Amino acid sequence: MIVFKKVSKIYLPNCQALDNINLSINDKEFVSIAGRSGAGKSTLIKLLIKEDFPTKGKIFWGKQDIGAIRDRDLPIWRRQIGMIFQDFRLLPNKTAYENIAFAMEVSDWTKQEIERDVPQLLKLVNLLDRADHFPNQLSGGEQQRIAIARALAHRPDILVADEPTGNLDLLHTWEIIRLLIKINELGTTVVLSTHDRDIINGLDKRVVTIEKGKIIKDDENGKYILF
Amino acid sequence: MFTSLIRITKSGCLSFWRNKWLSVATIIVMSLAIFGITNLLLVNVLIESLITNLEDKIDISVYFNLGTSEEQILATRDNLIGLSQVKSVEYISNEEALNNFKEKHQDNQVLMQSLQELETNPLEAALNIKAQITSQYESIVNFLEKEEYQEIIDKVNYQENRSIIIRLSSITTTIRQVGFIILSILAILAILVTFNTIRLTIYSSRKEIKVMKLVGASNWFVRGPFVVEGTLYGIVAVVLTLAVIYPLLWYLSPKITTYLPGTDLFYFFQTNFITLLLMQLAIGILMGTVSSLIAVRRYLDA
Repeated sequence: MIVFKKVSKIYLPNCQALDNINLSINDKEFVSIAGRSGAGKSTLIKLLIKEDFPTKGKIFWGKQDIGAIRDRDLPIWRRQIGMIFQDFRLLPNKTAYENIAFAMEVSDWTKQEIERDVPQLLKLVNLLDRADHFPNQLSGGEQQRIAIARALAHRPDILVADEPTGNLDLLHTWEIIRLLIKINELGTTVVLSTHDRDIINGLDKRVVTIEKGKIIKDDENGKYILF
Repeated sequence: MFTSLIRITKSGCLSFWRNKWLSVATIIVMSLAIFGITNLLLVNVLIESLITNLEDKIDISVYFNLGTSEEQILATRDNLIGLSQVKSVEYISNEEALNNFKEKHQDNQVLMQSLQELETNPLEAALNIKAQITSQYESIVNFLEKEEYQEIIDKVNYQENRSIIIRLSSITTTIRQVGFIILSILAILAILVTFNTIRLTIYSSRKEIKVMKLVGASNWFVRGPFVVEGTLYGIVAVVLTLAVIYPLLWYLSPKITTYLPGTDLFYFFQTNFITLLLMQLAIGILMGTVSSLIAVRRYLDA
């Protein structure tokens, strides 16, 4: 369970990105964070993966205070969450296979485990035939699927997706969303941030709507309410 | 731990190979730096041998009164050799002096005739003295001014040569100092250029570094492959440098020897090959790894 307790983030000199956020996300839940660009979605996610720290308040994952994680333990925390981004962030000099294997190598998985899991992950995202392609030889949708496979490689408890479909066309967007739903059904918590009305309305899952750094609506089976 | 080391090394080698053009560019810059530093070293050898040649030409001669017995002169020579400042003492008897004189002036009829008029040998026996360092001639001359030598020594040509000796001595010191400063500046320049090139190489990977961190790589797992790459740059650059320097010296060395007799750079290179190789490897690997370490550090805090 993830809990945000009275979290505020102020970017100097005076930009209030998040204002007194209280939010809990249950295990195995699928939560969408909705809001316009600049509403604070990305900041929320940056705080969750400890890419940045809150100005006030605390974030807990179970009993672990994320703010209290020391820098040298940060890699271990990062291995418990999977992340996907709008710009994919694959390593350009590694093939699809190696990109996924890399995430396992850094967490000390054995060679046998890597050789067993990576093809499975590629199969899950339906790209087994593209294993030896470099990112620049793949389409945007394919790159994002590789990124998802990589995010799942160390079997995270939470998958955080920051505008994962922002750079994709409609067809690929739904491909990615369906994949996220499938992953959620397999037992992983999914936190999806998006400003895409159609995705939110089509998902029929919990929606947390953020506006100007505040939660203005938190709804099971929510709809997109902003214009 | 061991698996990580293998994975890091493998990743470094792979990245070295996949970034071929970037690697080639960096290696060329690094080769130029190592080539430069090696050449500076060889130039230093040349300067040294030039100075030694020059210093070797300086000596002072002590002339003994006519009629001084050979034993006395040889005794003086032995005393001189006993001095720590003295490098060598050459004895020239009056017969030898006469022969040298005749040989030198054999075309000069007037001199030869007047020499024949004389019944006896007018030339004095002499000792040619060379000091270890030019600045030591003064103290050698002081030694010869002792009471016991006053009777047998006619003159020491030091006073005549003094100004030349002092001039040469100061010139050689200046050449050494100026040479050292110029060589140091050029060497530092070469190192800085290499450092900057590697920094740029890593700058081009700054986004990847951030991604690696986000995927959960520890700092060493991010840094490692870059250090491996840097080391590879160094090793390949050294090999490349040697491949250029070896034939170059083989070709140039005889030409240099004609200008500076007694200097054989190729021979120097061959006899000191192992030392030079180790030095170049040390420079190459050190520049590669240290530059990489410093350059990656900037992008690691994320």
